Amino acid sequence: MSTELTESAVPPTTESSSDPSRRTFIATTTVVGGAVVAGGLIASPLLGAQEAAAAEAPPSSRVRLTVNGKRHTVTVDNRTSLLDLLRERLDLPGTKKGCNAGACGACTVLVDGQRVNSCLTLAVRLEGAEVTTIEGLAPGGADGELHPLQAAFVEQDAFQCGYCTPGQIMSGVGCIQEGHTGSKDEIREWMSGNICRCGCYVKIVRAVEQTARGK
Amino acid sequence: MYPFSFTKVSDTREALNAGRHGGRYIAGGTTLVDLMRETVERPETLVDITGLPLREVTVAERGGLRIGALVRMAEAAAHPKVRTLYPVISQALELSASAQLRNMATIGGNIMQRTRCTYFRDLTAACNKREPGSGCAAREGVNRTHAILGTSDACVATHPSDVAVAFAALEASVHLLGPDGERTVPFADFLLRPGSTPNREQALRQGELITAVEIPALPRPLKSGYLKVRDRQSYEFALTSAAVALHVRGGVIREAKVAAGGVGTVPWKLPGVEQHLLGERPSQSLWAEAAKQAADGARPLDHNRFKVELLQRTVERQLRIVGGTK
Repeated sequence: MSTELTESAVPPTTESSSDPSRRTFIATTTVVGGAVVAGGLIASPLLGAQEAAAAEAPPSSRVRLTVNGKRHTVTVDNRTSLLDLLRERLDLPGTKKGCNAGACGACTVLVDGQRVNSCLTLAVRLEGAEVTTIEGLAPGGADGELHPLQAAFVEQDAFQCGYCTPGQIMSGVGCIQEGHTGSKDEIREWMSGNICRCGCYVKIVRAVEQTARGK
Repeated sequence: MYPFSFTKVSDTREALNAGRHGGRYIAGGTTLVDLMRETVERPETLVDITGLPLREVTVAERGGLRIGALVRMAEAAAHPKVRTLYPVISQALELSASAQLRNMATIGGNIMQRTRCTYFRDLTAACNKREPGSGCAAREGVNRTHAILGTSDACVATHPSDVAVAFAALEASVHLLGPDGERTVPFADFLLRPGSTPNREQALRQGELITAVEIPALPRPLKSGYLKVRDRQSYEFALTSAAVALHVRGGVIREAKVAAGGVGTVPWKLPGVEQHLLGERPSQSLWAEAAKQAADGARPLDHNRFKVELLQRTVERQLRIVGGTK
């Protein structure tokens, strides 16, 4: 299966306008907010020539990549991060944006089997790459059986607000694959790229340990 | 982020051609993309070099080790040769950043990474490194994490790399490829002290490409290791750190390689400490006496006076860990 998305493509929405979902509401608000900010920037005398030129036609590139087993061909502004491509273009908002600077791990996904920060990954560089996000982890798909680490997070109650959880789980999958689960201390060290502001670390470590032992 | 054009190159000739025309090389991108988003970095063209054949770790001619510039931090740390011959390199790498970042970042990019000085990243602050001539907000600002060695009136920012401290200790060299061919620069000359031009950070010429970092052969057996002291236990930059390698034969220290991190504007080699160790027998008092010289020449700022003693203790402890206590 493959999809063709272009810069102007708008993902279809199933919600009726009289019943906006939380996501639709947030997306709409973001767009309005973005327009206000952009307007402010354009009026600013500080705007550089480089940026002004970009307002016309920012350099973009065409990229073919596979996300959760599905092939996509997308044309992206070269500045687009993998994180934004997933969330804003491919309708995969499970991957979270925390710091957007590689400091929190909320955006962790697998690229060619390796855990990476999608916020620091430019989508334009992913020609031919295979990406796995939290949405593609469960072997049974969205309504089927959970991945063992997802099930362990539920069993151990390894979250409160849940915002860091997709990143924790993707990072945990990487940690287990890499074999750094010999002790609780080793898991803590090799999971330290994922911050949990609710402080659920004890249970997160238990969930990773339980899944590693179950392998 | 400012817009940029993008090109991916498949051989070094293409890369050098793009570099000569002002293209900015990108490998792991973990520093560059972050700084581009903050608009501290504004390259007009990015040249993706990750397709170049610079991803090997090989034993060099005279028995040293050559680490290709595009070897990922995680790969270098896990490489059997690196782990067995130079544990100090593996340890420095694994105490850096996070597992995710180490899967992305490369050895060449690591030594090119820019300072974590908060004023460098803050466009509203004066910073001679970011904007030459604008001043240094850190000198009279919040400078707890800044450098105490190698500073100048213009800049007090630290170099943030850990593995660069190991490279400095081991007297590595950097292999470069440019339009005029290959050359090799000693690691000590590759990273530049700020002086009056803190914006110039490496001894690189326009369009030059790092191809490898080479570690020279050292007499065996060689014990080595890296100690990192920081505000939290993991995923944090060093307040102080120490890279130590010792060759002891017949009960006497014949080679001593020591450098410190988190304290210098560049990784800080400690020849005074090394000289104090050579020809001596390992002992608790020797480690303590040698480490007293670790902060020689330090010029602390308002908030980082603690680094003087912390550095001495860090070096002493790491000498004890690597050298033993008999």
